[in-house]
Formats: sequence, C-alpha cells, structure tokens
Amino acid sequence: MLRPFVAAAALAACVAPAFAVDITGAGATFPYPVYAKWADAYKKETGVSLNYQSIGSGGGIKQISAKTVDFGASDMPLKPEELEKSGLLQFPTVIGGDVPVVNLKGVATEELRLTGEVLADIYLGKVTKWNDAAIAKLNTGVQLPATAISVVHRSDGSGTTFIWTNYLSKLSADWKAKVGEGTAVNWPTGVGGKGNEGVASYVQRIDGAIGYVEYAYAKQNRMAVALVKNREGEYVAPNAKSFQAAAAGADWKASPGMYLILTAAPGKGAWPIAGATFILMHKVQEKPENAREVLKFFNWAYDKGDSLAEQLDYVPMPDGVVKLIQASWKSQLKDPGGKPIY
Amino acid sequence: MWILGTLFYEGGAALLRAQLYYQMTPPPGDDGGLANAIGGSLVIVGTATLLGTPVGILAGTYLAEYGKKSWLAAATRFLNDVLLSAPSIVIGLFVYTVYVARAKHFSGLAGAIALALIVIPVVVRTTDDMLKLVPNSLREAAVALGCPTWKMIVLVTYRAARTGILTGILLALARISGETAPLLFTALNNQFWSLDLNRPMSNLPTVIFQFAMSPYADWHRLAWGGAALITLAVLGLNDVARVLFTRKD
Amino acid sequence: MSAVLPISESARTDEVAARSPRHGSWGDALFENLTRLFALLVFALLAAILISLVIGSELTLQKYGLGFLWSAQWDPVQENFGALVPIYGTLVTSLIAMLIGVPVSFGIALFLTELSPTWLKRPLGTAIELLAAIPSIIYGMWGLFVFAPLFQAHVQPALIESLGSVPGLGRLFAGPPLGIGMLTAGLILSIMVIPFIAAVMRDVFELVPPLLKESAYALGATTWEVMWRVVLPYTKVGVVGGIMLGLGRALGETMAVTFVIGNAYQLAASLMAPGNSIASALANEFTEAVGDVYFSALIELGLLLFLITTIVLAFSKLLLMRLARHEGART
Repeated sequence: MLRPFVAAAALAACVAPAFAVDITGAGATFPYPVYAKWADAYKKETGVSLNYQSIGSGGGIKQISAKTVDFGASDMPLKPEELEKSGLLQFPTVIGGDVPVVNLKGVATEELRLTGEVLADIYLGKVTKWNDAAIAKLNTGVQLPATAISVVHRSDGSGTTFIWTNYLSKLSADWKAKVGEGTAVNWPTGVGGKGNEGVASYVQRIDGAIGYVEYAYAKQNRMAVALVKNREGEYVAPNAKSFQAAAAGADWKASPGMYLILTAAPGKGAWPIAGATFILMHKVQEKPENAREVLKFFNWAYDKGDSLAEQLDYVPMPDGVVKLIQASWKSQLKDPGGKPIY
Repeated sequence: MWILGTLFYEGGAALLRAQLYYQMTPPPGDDGGLANAIGGSLVIVGTATLLGTPVGILAGTYLAEYGKKSWLAAATRFLNDVLLSAPSIVIGLFVYTVYVARAKHFSGLAGAIALALIVIPVVVRTTDDMLKLVPNSLREAAVALGCPTWKMIVLVTYRAARTGILTGILLALARISGETAPLLFTALNNQFWSLDLNRPMSNLPTVIFQFAMSPYADWHRLAWGGAALITLAVLGLNDVARVLFTRKD
Repeated sequence: MSAVLPISESARTDEVAARSPRHGSWGDALFENLTRLFALLVFALLAAILISLVIGSELTLQKYGLGFLWSAQWDPVQENFGALVPIYGTLVTSLIAMLIGVPVSFGIALFLTELSPTWLKRPLGTAIELLAAIPSIIYGMWGLFVFAPLFQAHVQPALIESLGSVPGLGRLFAGPPLGIGMLTAGLILSIMVIPFIAAVMRDVFELVPPLLKESAYALGATTWEVMWRVVLPYTKVGVVGGIMLGLGRALGETMAVTFVIGNAYQLAASLMAPGNSIASALANEFTEAVGDVYFSALIELGLLLFLITTIVLAFSKLLLMRLARHEGART
C-alpha cells in the first residue's frame, strides 16, 4: 500500500528543480486571486515564480515578523509605531471595498439608500424593521416592506470586517463606544457566515437580510447592493470608479508609514467604505536578492498588472500613489550593509 | 448518499477534464488544473503515512502486547485518546512553533510531520484495540510451539488483526487527506509545481478551501473537482488495500 | 508496515518452531524495547503538544484564571475573553452527534455483520468507507448550501410547531428557523462520525469467534440476543474505542462545524439558535487574530478542548469500570 508513496517521494527528491531565487509571500485573503493572477502572468514573462498564499492578515503579520516569508500581506495597515517597532515597511497594492448587500422583496439593486449612521444603528440592533422611519426618510418613493431586518456579519476574523467596523466607528459614536473596530468584534446582533461566500449565501437565503461583502462577491453573485452616502453628501454606487475616487482623494503623502484607511474618504464620487490592501517587508533585508525580486514583481504589477486586476474587479492604485511607493522603496529598503536595494 | 450525489454532480464534470491532471492551478479567469496540488498532496500524505504508521503500530503493539495494564500503557492510552480530538489547527501550530519558526521557511516536510501527528493516535488506538481482540488461545498456541514472543506478535497476532489495523490506517489516511488547517501553517501551499520537501508545497485541501471561498465560478468548479478526486482516491486506495489483503487468506 | 509483510509471507510454522529459544529471547528483548520506545515517543510527543499549549496560553491563564471558564464575554476589541459559549456549543453539538451517530452506526454494523445478504455487504461497506473519505470541508459546504436550506424550509418549522410548545422541552426548539445553528451542526457531525464508528464496529464484530455466536444460536438465541449478550460484551473494548474515535472527531472537527453553526457568541437554550464551538472558533479567528491576549485566549481554548476530552474520557472509563463490576456481580 505504501509503495506508490515511496516511489512518489523518491521521485520528488530527484526532480526538485533548482530555482535561482524562490519567493514566498503569505497573508491577507482578499488580494489572493489578483496576486495569483499576477504571479501566473509574471512567470510566463520572466520565469520567476512568486508564490503567494492566503493565510489571513493576522498570519501574514506574524509570518513576516518570524521571517518565514519574503513578504507579508495584510488588509489592515499597521500603525506607524508598530512598523517602527518591528522594522517593517508597508505599501498598498490594490484597492477594494465593502459593499452592503440586501435581500428585500421589491427593492432592486442600487435602489436602497443608506448612510453610515443608519448602518451602524442596524448593526447595533437599534433599527430592526425595514420600514423604520430612519430608513424611510432616506428612501422616499421606495416601497419598504415591514419585514424584520436580519443582520449578517462575518464569523471569521477578516480585513473585510475591519474596514466595515472602521467605517461604522467613524460615523457613529455609539458604535465606537459599544463595539469598536477590528478584524473580529463582539457583534451585538445577527448571525455570522464563514467568509464572504458564507455571508453572501446567508443574505441570499434570508428574507430581509443585510450583510457586507467584498465588491467582487457582490458582483459575481449578482446581489442587490445599496447606495451609501459619502463625505460630500452624494449617494454613491460601489464600482471601480468610486473606489478609485476614494484612493485618489486620500492624502497618502501626509500619512506616515502609508497608514491610511480609505473609509469615509473625501473626494467627489468617492465610495465611503473602501480600503487598500498592504504588503509588509523588512526594512533591513537579510536576503537582498529575494527582496529585489519581490520589488521587481510589484513594479511589474503596478506597471502592467492594472488590466488583469480590473478583470477580477480589483481597483489598481492611482499612478501618483505608485510614485510615492517607489520613492519609499528607494529611501527605506536596505541590505545589511546599508546599501539601498531598489 | 445524497451528499455523494451533490459531490459528484458538482465535481464530476471537472473530474473528466484531462487538464485537471496535468495543468497547474490557474488564476481566476484562466483554464487550468490541479496537477501541482495533486502531486503535492501525494507526497505530503505519503510521507505522513510513512512517518506516522510505523510509530503508531509499534506503540499500539506495546500497549496491547507488553504494556497492557502498566501505568505507562494506561497513561499513554489516555493521552492518546485525548489527542484524537485535538483540533487539527493546534497540531499545525505545534509543528509551526517547533519546526517552521526555527527553520525560517515553510516546507512540505513540516506539513507531512503535522499530518503524521494526526495519523499516530488513530493508528495507535485501532492497533491496540484490534490486537487485544485477538483470542489469547492463538498466542498460547504459538508460544507453546516454542515461538518467541516477538515472532508470535509479528506472525500470529498481526496476521489475525490485520484487517482491523488496516482499517485504522485507512481511517487515518481518510482523515488527513482532507485536512486543511494543519497544512496552512506548515506546508503553506504553492501556486506552482514543486515536489521539493524543503519548499512550500501545494496540496489539494488548501487549494480546495481557497478556491471554494473565492467569488469566481471557475475556481468553484475546480474546488468541487478536487474534492471529488480526494474522495475517489481514498476510496480507491481503500479498495486496493482490501483486495490485496483478502487475497492472502 | 512494509517491513512486516515480507516476514509474514515467508513464514512457516515449522520454521518458527525450529528457532532456538536463546535467539528468540534476545529478539524478544529487542522487540519489546523497540515497541516501548515508540510508546514512549508517542507519550512524549503528546506531552510536548500539551506543554506547548500551556506555554502559549500563559497570558490569559494569568489574566483571567478560572474565570475564563464561565465568562460568556468574547470581545476581541476590548480584549475581554471567556470560553463559556464555545464550551457549551462543543458539548451540545457533540452530544447530538453521538446521540444520533452511535445507535445508527450500531445498526449499520449489526446489519453488515449479521443480517445483510452477502452480495450487499461489499457495496454497503464501500459506501460507508466512501463517506469516511469525504474531506470535512465538503461536509461543511454541503451542509451550508444543500442541507441547511432544506432543513430550514421543511424540518425546522415542523419541529418548532410540534415540540416548541411542549413545556420544558419547548425551550430547546424555540426561535426562528434559520437553517443553521447548533442542531444543524450536530446533525452534520453525526453524519461525519457514523462511518468512523460503523467501520470500527463492523471490524470488531467480525473478530468475534464464530464458535461463540454459533453456540448461542444453537441454544436458540435470537439475532438480537446474540448481538446484545454475546457479541457486544466480547467486543466492548473495541466498540468503545470506535465511539471514542467518533467522539474525538466530533469534538475536534473544525471545517464542517464552522460552516453551519452560525458562529455567534450567544448563550442560547434553543438548539435552533446559532452558537459556537471551540474548534470552529479556532478555525475562524486564528489566522486573523492580532494582539497577544487574543492569540493567547485562542490557544487556551485549544487547551480547554483537551481538558474537556480528558473529562469525557475519564467519565467513560468510569462507566466501563462500573459496567464490568456489574457484570462480575451477575455471573
């Protein structure tokens, strides 16, 4: 019974090819598909394989600290002082966003209008019926049923939850005091679904449900999304344009360590619940040649990866931000001898 | 049966496509297969079985044949039972702290060690139980013929209990071939072809998990295909082993 | 294994008998010490895992002490942790799984060994093994996407209507039918443990010497009596072993439970309500846990699972001992 395995193991020992450098990265789940897509195209072009695996943002931060990977990835940026403490550099790669999805009979997609305050009250369990005055006030002309609101949230720790709760905390003092922000929080009400898929499935099944998912999941599952009011007072629909507007309006230059969460971002047409996903690298590189490969890869991705990202409903970084990122590589990434790597 | 129906309904079409077996895991939107994951899984599960089974069988033998009611046997048995229910993620974490964090890189070998740790308690338990059920008259007959104890165990009791021991190994195999959690922090995963035990290695369960939780329909199809493949592979192995073993009777 | 086979193939009884005893005793000592070494290895390995868990959870052990056990708080933002909800969920779901799984497995094993016509044995046995081979994530996905909607639409309303109004028992079946929750998780778990328990039970039943059974039949015993009075007492240890395997899987199962339990930190009497289990809390939050206290709390959850298993095991051992004494008194 074991013989085929022995053969396989023996085979494995023989055919292991020698790579010049092999790069491993791990972390956030949200950008996994687009990194995989980039890595595939990059390998075809250059022959270099970059292996990225989604083990969760928390895992990504731990792995880069333990130096088991060449780069880590996180959906939640580290605060400048945390970066300083662990000697890490972070930079954003792509933009995504949370989208409120609903399941309401007679209400079409992009019809329902919501504000951050109302969303917070719904998730606090204060607004419990769809025809509550707080919702009706924003939606004159929309036929709102008297159905009870079923709140759906993530059960697993996730960057999606971080962006969502960060947004609610910014807009509602009550939420900030009672719940706060984080990759996992103590939900006052509702059921938890595992992953974006789990949340999407619950929302689609339960009449009167509201949930939040990554934009790509809302789009691929053809779910009814709600419009949300932004800082400029406009009700915006979630799409590539409004996400990019949120990134462009943000002041990256004034944010030390690129610590910036794109929720409630200023700017015309900006989607209020957006967020970037980040890469983490050590400032002093013990393996400079690996680091160089990592930078080459992301350079290529900023340069040629935009259309690939858009195919998968991710929003690429605006060019101005990319220049800032490259400047930070130049000034901050060093080999053990203190020479810049990029 | 119903669950099998769903599985093969969803996974059947993917199983029949030849690409599944020779192409690498694709990014969304591209066509591809699971070749790297299949290869990696074979190596990891195979190594884990090679590491775990002998340990499990020998330890189980000690419990049933020598230790019996001694305190060491009793304590080992107890700890072993406790470990049966260890959440696999804890096992993964253990291997991570003692091996991966020290070696500073993820590797297929670490994944195999983690899975071996899951194999061991299952095999110990079944070996112990099955050996104990072998009638003592058999043992007495062998010893009466002048057979030393160790030969008696190897030739007589192992033979009498072999279907049971085999079931134990197969159950262990079935359990590890679908485990995601212990591999996440040990073998990681690999988008590309690699069977080097010292590098991150691709494996089916992690790929299935990642693909199933994604928003893309073509990844979902591959996930179902992979799941159907694991099920069939474990079953096939099971049947082959049973046929081989019954023929010898 | 592969080392064992060639010997057994070439072995002949006469050859064995011809060996000198002196050579044998030397081999004996070697073999005994070899197996003991491995037993010790297993022992040490398991102890090492436990120790690493204790070290990992030091922070919360110090911070909360025993209070961790009965606090129903789980607030990662304020870093306030308590394990009551997951402990409760783990016990309840595993209990449901065992209540359903053990009798059904017993029935299947009984049917396979005693009643089934020979032509049906193989396909049925294969089906059981197939069920054991399905990766647990598939059980979870199937539970969420296929089983839960049907359960929600057809079974739960009926349960709520028929049992929900019974005093006392009604508390267990109250609340809206969500399709997911502790009952669903327990049911999925029972489907998962059945092949494990049934396969082991079948194997141990087949190890019963036919002579024993035939004598009982010859005395006019029914199949049931043979099973209950002859086979079961003979195979008691093995049967309990099989149940332990199943229970171990039920207590420690992550993926399948995570998908259907609802993952809410609420302490609810109703089985329909979403809950949480230790293993699924670990699987859900482990990868995204930031902060030392949070991480330590999760590891302590893992440690608690070991503790629970230990208690359950000790309890079942006690039960077995009492059973044995009872039997001794009767004969």
